[in-house]
Amino acid sequence: MKNRTVKVDYLARVEGEGGILVKVKDKTITDVQFNIFEPPRFFEAFLRGRHFTEAPDITARICGICPIAYQMSSIHAMENAFGVTVEGQLRALRRLIYCGEWIKSHALHVYMLHAPDFLGYQDVIQMARDHGDAVKKGLQLKKIGNDIVTLLGGREIHPINVRVGGFYKVPPKQELNALGDRLKWGLEAALGTVRLTAGFPFPEFERDYEFVALRHDNEYPFNEGRLVSNKGLDIAVNEYDNYFTEEHVEHSNALHCVLRDRGAYFVGPLARYNVNFNRLTPTAQEAARASGIAPPCRNPFKSIIVRSVEMVYACEEALRIINEYEVPERAVVDMRPRSGIGYGCTEAPRGILYHRYRVNDKGLITDAKIVPPTSQNQKTMELDLRQFIPDRLDLSQEKLTWQCEQAIRNYDPCISCATHFLRLEIEKQ
Amino acid sequence: MKKEKKPKLAVWKFSSCDGCQLTLLDCEDELLAVADRVEIANFPEMSRRVVRGPYDLSLVEGSITTPYDAERIHQVRRASKFLVTIGACATAGGIQALRNFKDVKEFISFVYANPSYIETLNKSTPIADHVLVDFELRGCPISKQQLVEVLSAFLNGRKPSTPTYSVCLECKRRGTVCGLVTHGPPCMGPVTQAGCNALCPSYHRGCYGCFGPKETPNTSSLASYWRTAGMKNDELLRLYRNFNAYAEAFRKESEAHEK
Repeated sequence: MKNRTVKVDYLARVEGEGGILVKVKDKTITDVQFNIFEPPRFFEAFLRGRHFTEAPDITARICGICPIAYQMSSIHAMENAFGVTVEGQLRALRRLIYCGEWIKSHALHVYMLHAPDFLGYQDVIQMARDHGDAVKKGLQLKKIGNDIVTLLGGREIHPINVRVGGFYKVPPKQELNALGDRLKWGLEAALGTVRLTAGFPFPEFERDYEFVALRHDNEYPFNEGRLVSNKGLDIAVNEYDNYFTEEHVEHSNALHCVLRDRGAYFVGPLARYNVNFNRLTPTAQEAARASGIAPPCRNPFKSIIVRSVEMVYACEEALRIINEYEVPERAVVDMRPRSGIGYGCTEAPRGILYHRYRVNDKGLITDAKIVPPTSQNQKTMELDLRQFIPDRLDLSQEKLTWQCEQAIRNYDPCISCATHFLRLEIEKQ
Repeated sequence: MKKEKKPKLAVWKFSSCDGCQLTLLDCEDELLAVADRVEIANFPEMSRRVVRGPYDLSLVEGSITTPYDAERIHQVRRASKFLVTIGACATAGGIQALRNFKDVKEFISFVYANPSYIETLNKSTPIADHVLVDFELRGCPISKQQLVEVLSAFLNGRKPSTPTYSVCLECKRRGTVCGLVTHGPPCMGPVTQAGCNALCPSYHRGCYGCFGPKETPNTSSLASYWRTAGMKNDELLRLYRNFNAYAEAFRKESEAHEK
């Protein structure tokens, strides 16, 4: 009888505080826990009583890595409650700022958080000693994403210019044009990133996932669409609560998001890509095919290539929006708050981010529900480890631990996001 | 040639959104240069490598909200020569300090299905309530320039130069028209510490206080000005009860408008 435990007390290169605990007995896994010990912050509770106009600024503070996602989901939910639709150039500017967030978040994850795993470095600084040019290119790509967010949002972290109904101020055309040349460089750099990551060594690993993502009639999704999966799910955003729920699972006291009667599902770049491949630009599709990940791609380790493909898409989409931009007459559309419920779901860099608010006739929030992507992937992450580990029990403890970490980092988990939601148990030692 | 020993930098996280430590990774042009001058010895968001303490400089993000963290911050202090807190969570308790004005038990049962799993303190408190802090860097989030200034000051053995005057001075300097005198949206600028380069007024919106109270703020005077302009108690309360709600000056002012 051989007992073995893989334990990562503090998982590095993710946003937030979490750990992994895996128990093995006689080559059988008896327990897998992706532990979250990030303290709870109670956003849904203290949003009650706040004014609807404050929701984008307050919920942005759930996550410093993807504040745009929180701002976008909250404003779309509020506009849904008030029966308002934002169209034309204002809608395009929202897509543009989201392009910026995807580029900065993906470049951060690809180059600084995940690539070191594939190349065998502890971190990006070590990696830079041998791959200086690649790291510098990654940092510049990340900076382009940050510059888009800063131009439209005022600053890269917790931007201040997004509001329900539009923006506080819209940029003149020449300010956007100034980004054009850098985005063209960014597009080449992103294509180079696809080639670079496609050359990484990937473990043989696949699972038959249910991929869930937004799907829009003619766009790769950012802010709008139906919730669609590769296994037949096709619902409107306001039906989310009827199809998704949380449940207790065996061997764990943690509750997980699941699809009712169907179980775990997968959100994020790989899900978006598999559900929406034909909505990518021809350049992005071609780069993906050339790198050997034509859909369906079921190897979560290859998410790093998909993130790179999405950076190609985001650079191209940003260029298109900038080229077609004309300053809108007004920065914000008229609206009047009314009592009701609003639903919003947008594609954060890590996957679908669902918001639901109840607002009264004074415009005050009376109820809030927020489901971030990392909570939705948590069960899938644990199931991955259950299948991943048994074939690798011959590895040394150090190697096995590192590979488990890498498998979790496939999801770019954002624990800061997940925590205000996840049911957590603090393990006392 | 003897290799020069680099000072050890550590980054610690408590209850927060990760945005302030991300600011270090957002220094795309400076990061590799910084890594040249300091040994990044403990920064889990960036590296799985952990070098044992003591550390020459610790950057601490986040507020104290659990019994475990209330212990852990003392360990961090003991392992650190200089301890600098970064951001509104670490310097004032952050947005999660809104619980400090409410019943936290009700909060837990509203958000979590199994309240018994949740171990949390009644209040979210700044780091300086628990240990000696050598320098506080304000902001929600902190400013990249101010972070680089703190690192550079530390490496050169001098005190960081960050202003304690109000956002108004930054507005004047950049030539933004004052929203308060032109009946624009409510603005916290007169009572808020500078550091953001008066960002919000330049986007036609009022300052909402990310950098916390300035030195000697006259919060009640600003409140009466708004009240004269027709603002109600609950609106005044929300303005002061925000990302720096538990900073003393803002806390007292918001409590003055509680029904």
